[in-house]
Amino acid sequence: MANKQIIKERRLQDDAWKVVTLVDGEAPFDVCLPVGPLLVPVSVWKAKKACLINREYEHGTPLGIWLAPEDDIAEIAADLEDFTVIAVHFPKFADGRGYSTARLLRERHGYDGELRAFGDIGRDQIFFLNRAGFDAFVIGEGKSAEDALAAFDDFPESYQGDAVQPLPLFRRRVA
Amino acid sequence: MYRYDDYDHAIVQARVAQFRGQTERYLAGQLTDDEFRPLRLQNGLYIQRHGPMLRLAVPYGLLSAPQLRRFADVARRYDRGFGHFTTRHNLQLNWVKLPEVPQILADLAQDELHAIQTSGNCIRNVTTDHFAGVAADEIADPRPWAEILRQWSSFHPEFAYLPRKFKVAISGATEDRAAIQVHDLGFQVVRDPQNATEVGFKVYAGGGLGRTPLLGQVVREFLPWQHLLSYTEALVRVFNRYGRRDNAYKARIKILVKALGVEKFAQQVEAEWAHLKDGPSTLTEAEVARVAAQFVSPNYETLAEDDLCHLAHLREDKAFSRWVERNVQTHKVPGYAAVTLSLKKSGTAPGDASSEQMEAAADLAERFSFSEIRVSHEQNLILADVPQGELYTVWHRAKAAGLASPTVGLLQDLIACPGGDFCSLANARSLPVAAAIQERFEDLDYQHDIGELELNISGCMNSCGHHHLGAIGILGVDKNGEEWYQVTLGGRQGNDARIGEVIGRSFAAAEVPEVVERLIATYLDRRHTDERFIDTFDRIGVEAFRKAAYPHPHQSRRVANG
Repeated sequence: MANKQIIKERRLQDDAWKVVTLVDGEAPFDVCLPVGPLLVPVSVWKAKKACLINREYEHGTPLGIWLAPEDDIAEIAADLEDFTVIAVHFPKFADGRGYSTARLLRERHGYDGELRAFGDIGRDQIFFLNRAGFDAFVIGEGKSAEDALAAFDDFPESYQGDAVQPLPLFRRRVA
Repeated sequence: MYRYDDYDHAIVQARVAQFRGQTERYLAGQLTDDEFRPLRLQNGLYIQRHGPMLRLAVPYGLLSAPQLRRFADVARRYDRGFGHFTTRHNLQLNWVKLPEVPQILADLAQDELHAIQTSGNCIRNVTTDHFAGVAADEIADPRPWAEILRQWSSFHPEFAYLPRKFKVAISGATEDRAAIQVHDLGFQVVRDPQNATEVGFKVYAGGGLGRTPLLGQVVREFLPWQHLLSYTEALVRVFNRYGRRDNAYKARIKILVKALGVEKFAQQVEAEWAHLKDGPSTLTEAEVARVAAQFVSPNYETLAEDDLCHLAHLREDKAFSRWVERNVQTHKVPGYAAVTLSLKKSGTAPGDASSEQMEAAADLAERFSFSEIRVSHEQNLILADVPQGELYTVWHRAKAAGLASPTVGLLQDLIACPGGDFCSLANARSLPVAAAIQERFEDLDYQHDIGELELNISGCMNSCGHHHLGAIGILGVDKNGEEWYQVTLGGRQGNDARIGEVIGRSFAAAEVPEVVERLIATYLDRRHTDERFIDTFDRIGVEAFRKAAYPHPHQSRRVANG
């Protein structure tokens, strides 16, 4: 896992972040935190906030959080500055809630750190994910990350405004 | 009509290339069936009984003559020389081959046609009134708004993976001919109560047919036009975040609206909209003017209110006058008329048109109606701007092309989905039942005597044939592997839209024409002068009809489960 790669700045890069998940029945305050930069679920963040902040403060280990599709952004809206990375999980690529989550984080809450999509995503989702505000992508297992790099330019133009280009085409159109 | 500029062309071309790549990767085994399914669906490609079915978009039902010729050409070149016009203005090809689909899309793109978002859990083709721009009761032409919504919804980055499909309809007239109350989102153009020179929209949400038929409810009495996109974005975002995803049958927005109650749902939309209102997606006068300029009225000639030749033909030719009575509608411009070219003929599936018929319709449009054609949600084609003096010629030519059944609004004009003959979702076949009914009532005098009657047939609960909205609705259900048909009565579209009522146990296919005949006999027996079927139904109630449908009383108690 040490050489895991993600897409960032439109190229493949090594990545050291680990995703912490709770096993069935495990209480959020019981979870064991491995060394290195971590993405923790909302429940763990809430249960071990002091410990996690201390970890960053004392050891310089950057701190991240990951959101499930159903997580309410309001619960962490006040904490966004604490995170170096916010990741959004796509358990199935057909579950599109994460796109709204991303736009809200970027456009409503002004989050400007790394916004990472992970889970069941691949080349055919990259274009919209990018427009929704994601700038880092962990390509799903069995899918080609090199292939996915080509998808950023699937369309030369878009009609709507989005997290990257806030102005819709009708405000930019040159006759 | 709206013509593409360089931006629109570039976007559609990019889609063709993208889908070509996706298809190639699928055929090379690099995409699984599950991965490819939503991608192909968002391009209108289903895998059906006979192989892939391709649904081509007809945005808000409007086609130019060259576009209709392109459809004819594609149907001939890549299919079996005909296509099926649907209740949502689109054209379906039933026999395409998957490896050829990218090339079909490339061909279509040459004439500004595509299959973008004609299926899948995304925002679908926006539909509207087939008399848009020519109806006398119009407050404003809905087509510029429909085009603005089309652009906004095409490749929307946030809404490609909604809980379920999302259908939008818009009506610009006082009489709703776009069935806006049975759409996920419906817009009714209204005048600003504060300032009669400005328009806006009354907004309905949560309507739909299917397993749980519900009429849309008003979520906003008045939305100023500037906010059309920001408000829609807020509403769809609420649906995307909170619509159910655990059960496909409970995933439409109507279930969310029902679960929350319309007030609470509307409040959530307002709360979301508060953040988006007056943002960059606020429409500008310049953009509305740019789009509206492409829907200006054609250069009408100054014609007499009544053409003398036309009046003479009406007097002398009974068959012609019958066609005019049913298939020709009045026009807001003196001396012009709107003609319905019927795609309903005994022996062919409702909504089916051959390549030759499409070309004949394109010829008629070029010669007599400013080169434009509309597709109606009743599955017919419309020539919206025909000079009265040309009607006789148009009729002759339409007749020669098999497009002149004088039956618009009558029994033969029934609506039917492709049903079990073609569609893999269907529980039962629709087309043989439609054919049997059309055959039974083939006598034109009899049909004209019966008068206006909407009979709609769906082959399954997905209700593509809008059976809930038929005065007589017929729904195919599956009982232990056999095809049965449930009958509903009293449904209607329009301002007073209503969902029909199930009358009792379902019938075997062979019984259906007989049952329809008994229902109609009851109407003929009980009607007052000038009463339509639906009026008599409203006056005397369902019971008399139920008795006629089930002459043996014990039969009606075994209600089918479907």
